[in-house]
Amino acid sequence: MEKTIIECDNVSFHYEHSTVLEDISLEVKEGEFWALIGPNGSGKSTLINIILGLLKPDQGNIKLFGQNIDSFKQRERIGYVSQKSNSFNSGFPATVLEVVKSGLARKIGLFKSFTKHDEQKAMDALRVVKMDDFANKNIGELSGGQQQRVFIARALVGEPDLLIMDEPTVGIDQKNVASFYSMLNALNREHGIAILLVTHEVDLVTELATHVACLNRSIHFHGNRSDYKKMNDADISAWYGHPVRRVHQDEKEGQR
Amino acid sequence: MISALFTYEFLQNAFLSGLIIGIIAPLLGLFIVVRRLALIADALSHVALAGIAGSLYLSQSVLFFSALNPVYLGMAAAVGGSLLIEKLRGTYKHFEELAIPIILSTGIGFGAIFISMAKGFGADLVGYLFGSVSAVSRQDLWIIIIIAIVVIAFIRSFYKELFALSFDKEYAKVSGINGKVIQAVFMIITALVIGASMRIVGILLVSSLMTIPVAAAIQLAKSFKGAMLYSILIGELSVIVGLFVAYHLDIAPGGTIVITSIIILLFVLGWNKVKGSYHSRKVKGDFA
Repeated sequence: MEKTIIECDNVSFHYEHSTVLEDISLEVKEGEFWALIGPNGSGKSTLINIILGLLKPDQGNIKLFGQNIDSFKQRERIGYVSQKSNSFNSGFPATVLEVVKSGLARKIGLFKSFTKHDEQKAMDALRVVKMDDFANKNIGELSGGQQQRVFIARALVGEPDLLIMDEPTVGIDQKNVASFYSMLNALNREHGIAILLVTHEVDLVTELATHVACLNRSIHFHGNRSDYKKMNDADISAWYGHPVRRVHQDEKEGQR
Repeated sequence: MISALFTYEFLQNAFLSGLIIGIIAPLLGLFIVVRRLALIADALSHVALAGIAGSLYLSQSVLFFSALNPVYLGMAAAVGGSLLIEKLRGTYKHFEELAIPIILSTGIGFGAIFISMAKGFGADLVGYLFGSVSAVSRQDLWIIIIIAIVVIAFIRSFYKELFALSFDKEYAKVSGINGKVIQAVFMIITALVIGASMRIVGILLVSSLMTIPVAAAIQLAKSFKGAMLYSILIGELSVIVGLFVAYHLDIAPGGTIVITSIIILLFVLGWNKVKGSYHSRKVKGDFA
């Protein structure tokens, strides 16, 4: 049986007087690709921050790789790509390679320096995201989509078992989004990396993900993709708060 | 100056100290600048002023302080100030930059009180404010050498962590790097470098040697390692030219060193502009 990687057990979270998350229970197992979808302000990012340990839940419990989050030390097993690809200072004097190598800092450990081998690993990670030609470019010279690929390489370089991404396609050219998702697909299928992807793109991602969780303060649905597809648009609209109409595969075929 | 350098011990002290701080001040300054903390060095140097003025004042009445190098109390004050800044940055989470003017004013406030209470250390004080070629003792030189060893060991040991924290604090935190401890040590080291540098460049100009060479370097470098190398080269060049001019014209080295670095910065900015317009013309030409 596959091992459980993320286990949320009855997690709740409040900001001041408003409840952001209520009784969230979710399990992500080895090799699964989860899409966490929900409207703006549904608590998606808050849930991710709780799973990453950046926020503490008011109630409930988080386990990562079977260990309680407070005692979880193997942080290098998680690769993280944040929503704000422009959270860094774009004038920062660093090359793409230097940025990717920084993803190894924790794994190498204190008091040790980067070796040639680490540089090789960083190049390998850049090859996975097809950015190896840009290794010696300044990070600020790249486009938003290219930078996001570099940040994925930084998340991958430590060979994580789990990749957590918070709306990684925000700010990426629409025409590049599809190739971005097919890259994620390859990471999941070929490298066996479990993925938890937060997105509001209801269509594209549910064609790739093996599992879907619908969040709007509480979890309204979670399960595998085929069950998600069986739900009708009216049900989804009800929890989304406004009408949602998914594009179905057969319609897409028809358009071509 | 070259022959005098072999003759006079005070010149050797000044020159060697200058060469060392020309390395460590911009090296640490690079991490300060990329984290947008350039003003912290200013705040800490003014706290050091309070320590130095306090030590000079006490030396007039308390025997213990008359034998004590004022640099020690200056450094201790800067270290204390650095810890207070960290604490205040936590208190004012949404106004982190507020910690800097609070600490800076506290430093100047105490400095002004000690200076007005004491009578007659004007000449000494000018040396501390703007630097001095003649005031660096052998003891000062040894302090500077020890601090340099500590700084370089710290940056070598924590280069990965410092880079990760400077580039992307949130990611560093998620990946399990203990930013709090490293940040606290970093602040203490910054205070020590300020203490080490103030003999040569003076309290008022210490922060310039930490930031101006870096400002020029990041215009030239694509990589972080490159920025580090350029920062140190420009720092060294400024110190050598500045000390040389200061000695021959008999003026405060702080001024000459900093103005040299400003001239280098202007030259770099001008060069980039010329290069930039050449490039854009070339690109336009390619399209035409």
